[in-house]
Amino acid sequence: MFKKITRRAGKFAAIAAAGLLAMNAQAAEPIRIGSFLAVTGPASFLGDPELKTLEMYVEKINKEGGVLGRQLELIHYDDAGNASKARNFASRLIRSDRVDIIVGGSTTGATMAAVPMIEQAKVPFISLAGATVITMPVKKWVFKTPQSDRMAAERILQDMKSRGLTKVGLISGTGGFGSSGREQTLAVIKEMGGVEIVADETYGGSDTDMTAQLTNIRGTDGVQTILNFGFGQGPAIVTRNYAQLGIELPFYQSHGVASDGFLELAGNSAEGLRLPASPLLVPESLPDTDPQKPVVEAYKSEYEARWNSKVSTFGAYAYDGLMLAVEAIEKAGSTDKAAVRDALESIQGHVGVTGTFNMSADDHNGLQADSFRILEVQDGGWKLIN
Amino acid sequence: MFSEFLQYLFTGITIGATYALIALGFTLIYNASHVINFAQGEFLMIGGMATVSLTAMGVPMLLAIVLAVVLAGVLGVALQRLAIAPAKNADVVTLIIITIGASIFIRGLAQLVWGKEYHVMPNFSSEEPIQIFGAVLNTQSLWVLGVGAVLVAVLVYFFTRTLTGKAILATSMNKDAARLVGIRTQVVLMLAFMVSALLGSIAGIVVAPITFTSYDIGIILGLKGFVAAAIGGLGSGMGAVVGGLALGVVEAMAAGYLSSDYKDAVAFSMILVVLFFMPRGLFGAKIVERV
Repeated sequence: MFKKITRRAGKFAAIAAAGLLAMNAQAAEPIRIGSFLAVTGPASFLGDPELKTLEMYVEKINKEGGVLGRQLELIHYDDAGNASKARNFASRLIRSDRVDIIVGGSTTGATMAAVPMIEQAKVPFISLAGATVITMPVKKWVFKTPQSDRMAAERILQDMKSRGLTKVGLISGTGGFGSSGREQTLAVIKEMGGVEIVADETYGGSDTDMTAQLTNIRGTDGVQTILNFGFGQGPAIVTRNYAQLGIELPFYQSHGVASDGFLELAGNSAEGLRLPASPLLVPESLPDTDPQKPVVEAYKSEYEARWNSKVSTFGAYAYDGLMLAVEAIEKAGSTDKAAVRDALESIQGHVGVTGTFNMSADDHNGLQADSFRILEVQDGGWKLIN
Repeated sequence: MFSEFLQYLFTGITIGATYALIALGFTLIYNASHVINFAQGEFLMIGGMATVSLTAMGVPMLLAIVLAVVLAGVLGVALQRLAIAPAKNADVVTLIIITIGASIFIRGLAQLVWGKEYHVMPNFSSEEPIQIFGAVLNTQSLWVLGVGAVLVAVLVYFFTRTLTGKAILATSMNKDAARLVGIRTQVVLMLAFMVSALLGSIAGIVVAPITFTSYDIGIILGLKGFVAAAIGGLGSGMGAVVGGLALGVVEAMAAGYLSSDYKDAVAFSMILVVLFFMPRGLFGAKIVERV
């Protein structure tokens, strides 16, 4: 008898609680943030830190009261870096999850596959992938947080010029990143003038020795500096071959290898080389007057404390994407998609980890080349040059 | 000018010696069973990755190398026992497809255990390269060449002077006749897989300081090794060595004198040319099919 009563009471309580929850939900429907990322597969080094960052900061924002008094809800899918999966997941996010905004797309391929559908559905989308094509030409609903390879090329060439190095030997990987980097470098040189490419070599993604190409560049008349645009282990092999050949020209790498993993692979050979990178690699050496310093330091320490693993530049793209989304929603005062999009486009002076974002109708990335810092490898670590 | 040529030559010979070692592994199994073992590249990967991860755990380098080679040998036996032997009466094409499956399985396993990052292995001796007539030679290249030469000598001795080696040769020539004279052909097959796994893993270990190592390093190196074996004539030990060296040197010369863009194209057209004029490869046996 007594058991029956308690069971009934329990049932009643459960129903009451459910009712309360339902009412609560009606009062403040969560803001749905959709995401498709390459959490597994060959691009997982991008998607994994991105997802961790999104999860961690959505949690944090919710604990602090949410946005516009509403909680955030993260809905994410793993596209494994596969473009057709990305397209399907984008469609699912839009049609069945009815998200308010999408922050995702780890790779350029995944991003570009989802763009037509997102444009058609008119949902604001912040991509986390690098290539210039994503925001050039400008697409009404598409934004992105990483700098493009064009800015990296600009930054490198500026630094070369300032050191009086004008004859460049270029060696690039034949993969997507390397070949796009090569094209952008050639385009920037055409525009900027004063610098010329005197040697233009390439290597395949799985090549294990680049001494032949480097010997060729070294033998070119008048070459003053060497630039390697590439991704993965290739640039590390180039760096080692460079040191073995005893080439003493100033050496530049691209932002594609701006990570501690690269230093580990290249070892001593990397001494003295320069590359453009996110300030995330050198938070301590940023001057106190740098507006990015507190943001960068906070992100680094929070990420490392929460996940017990090294922070990565790619996770920072997701951080900036989420924070831009939050700022836009707050500015718009609602989740009305057109209002959020307009707010995103008008964001000025948003200090993120990657750089300071100044969006406009014809710039949906909002970063300048100087958001890249030039770093030099010294004593096996990164040193900020400017 | 001469120093450039020498540099390309050194580069080519180093890469070529690697291809030659892999090609020898292909040759060995092909000789014993007429199977082309596409998991050969994975033995290479196992050797490199196991050594790196064991040294990272604090095992001394030499012991780590020995353990890695043993691990690869066990894997070679397991491959034959668990994947090839059960398909006893299947024809050669089926067995080749089984080895492709096995290679995907091993790679997947390695990815789970060791992750996807590239790893470095320190040079065996000095990191300082040697200067010869203005060209530089990585000391590790000497190790690759030296170890390669020793392995080839050991293999030649094994096949011409030992009973076991001769048993493998006999099995390759005529399986039924070999069984009639008392050779246990299944054991011989197992032995061939083991020796070729040992060979592959040693190659993987000596080249790891030059190429880095990762779970998927075996794919392309394995393929290039197969190309080398095909150029030399499948089944010929001499052919594997010459094919490997030729492939490496042609690649390096193409990258140096033609264009780095066409380096792989030149290497692959080389097989077309060789196989067009000599369908059995440079050193292939002239076998007459009895009708």
